[in-house]
Amino acid sequence: MNLLSKISMAVALVAMAACTNNSALDDANSVNLGGAAGAGSTADPRSPAYFQQAVGDRVLFEVDQSTLNDAARATLQAQATWLLENTDFAATIEGHADEQGTREYNLALGARRANAAREFLVSRGVAGTRLKVVSYGKERPIEICSEEACYTNNRRAVTVLAGGLTG
Amino acid sequence: MMKFLVSLFLGLSLMATQASAQNQPLRIEITEGVIEPLPFAVPNFVPDSGAASELAADLARVVAADLSGTGLFREVPASAYISQVTGFDDPIKFADWKAINAQALVTGAVNVQGNRVTVRFRVWDVFSDKEIEPGMQFSGTKDGWRRMAHKVADAVYSRITGEGGYFDSRVVYVSESGPKNQRRKRLAIMDYDGHNVQYLTDSSAIVLAPRFSPTGDRVLYTSYESGFPRIHVLDVGQVKRRVLESAEGTMSFAPRFSPDGKTVVYSLSQGGNTDLYTMDIASGQARRLTSTPSIETAPSYSPDGQQIVFESDRSGTPQLYAMSASGGDAKRISFGQGRYGTPVWSPRGDLIAFTKQNKGRFHIGVMRTDGSEERLLTASFLDEGPSWSPNGRVIMFTRETRGENGRSSLYTVDISGRNLRPVRTPDGGSDPAWSPLQN
Repeated sequence: MNLLSKISMAVALVAMAACTNNSALDDANSVNLGGAAGAGSTADPRSPAYFQQAVGDRVLFEVDQSTLNDAARATLQAQATWLLENTDFAATIEGHADEQGTREYNLALGARRANAAREFLVSRGVAGTRLKVVSYGKERPIEICSEEACYTNNRRAVTVLAGGLTG
Repeated sequence: MMKFLVSLFLGLSLMATQASAQNQPLRIEITEGVIEPLPFAVPNFVPDSGAASELAADLARVVAADLSGTGLFREVPASAYISQVTGFDDPIKFADWKAINAQALVTGAVNVQGNRVTVRFRVWDVFSDKEIEPGMQFSGTKDGWRRMAHKVADAVYSRITGEGGYFDSRVVYVSESGPKNQRRKRLAIMDYDGHNVQYLTDSSAIVLAPRFSPTGDRVLYTSYESGFPRIHVLDVGQVKRRVLESAEGTMSFAPRFSPDGKTVVYSLSQGGNTDLYTMDIASGQARRLTSTPSIETAPSYSPDGQQIVFESDRSGTPQLYAMSASGGDAKRISFGQGRYGTPVWSPRGDLIAFTKQNKGRFHIGVMRTDGSEERLLTASFLDEGPSWSPNGRVIMFTRETRGENGRSSLYTVDISGRNLRPVRTPDGGSDPAWSPLQN
């Protein structure tokens, strides 16, 4: 949780910097942590920010599906590589669904998605004991329009690093 | 009177029929499913003292609101009255009520002694010049006056329709605030009409889908308090709660009580697979009911406790299935187009309410317990999660509006698909569960 709050703080700081320094720029609102030189700890490949931004912390799913497509497998492969190198970290994989569907079904669907991501990581050698899963169903959309453009980003499994195992 | 009872009963049932008796003093005309509401009058109750006069008026207003809210009754406004009721035991001037076509008349009296309130009432069949069953009285404390009004309205409803009422009941639901991507949820309980809201949890953790016990004393719900969805049981009176134990690495949700209140049926997710389980609440002993790679969720008991209806995507899409309460083979009961979920057995045992998703729209519907005679009652961007009124005549559900500013709120609709009404809550609301009638 400590690391997570540090990340949020880093994001907030970058956002503030963007507002104050680049307010005249068209893309001032689209802060790209991955590409921003000196953007806190993303420059450190062992940092959670690097994992989130450069490795990619999430994979997306088709409607009603929990099958991993090629893009998802590539991202998860990179996650597995990172996790195998950074053994201090555990992770919780959060499964999510879009709002099309009942609350109960979406909880079960989110569990399927999170588990699909977990199974892939385990198959690549990440210890199962490091990986928890949780489903949020449709409770935590990341985008809130009621269009496929949003739904596609809401049908996701997000690998959230949780505090260093060594403390 | 009997003819009236019978025609109203049919109007409430799935078969909308033409009321035949043209000469009956009380009747309800039904045309293509539209019932002509029965005109009634509820003059202010007669106060026994100046201290009771405000309460006497308020009680009559709540009784009238309850009856009008059913869509089966229409209030004749006080401005139309020819005579007033100034003494509870005075003779009724039937001619004056006939003249304004108030077919049913409810009269009442209120006695206030300190904090103690006693309400007496009578129901009159105006065109037959007589009382419908003897009068009754209820007593209670002043702050419970709305319940007394609901009890009067239940008695009136029951005497005129021949069915049990549903006004003296409560609803537990999820109160929602904040934007869609940061929605704050907390459990709330209120009277069926949205009054007397109390919060049962704070909004520090997501809470979902509360369900009443058969006697209304406990509520099951799902909370993320631990970081993972787990089933909690809450004692409503004492606001005491505990977690139903589940193994590390599992998620449990979608709980419902058995009709005897001793068992919970629920979904448990493990390794990505969601199946149905039961747990004996006292011992914590769990039992697995289904073992399939598909999703099994949203279970609901039949009122006799013998069967469970649930949702499964074993056929490829979510559909409804029924099986023995002890598990075993399940029989698919939904065969229409689209996806079906959240089946709930009616308290009368005759129908199953469900959520249906088809062609980008959501519906609340009802079907016979074998899946026949499916009827869709609502349609919107997102309707879900039906809950039955205690008498099995009305369904409360969640309606969420579309888009960035989408908001959840509670609605009721009766099982003929008529009388769609919002239930007023202080904030947004979702996942309503209707209690049984209170004692």
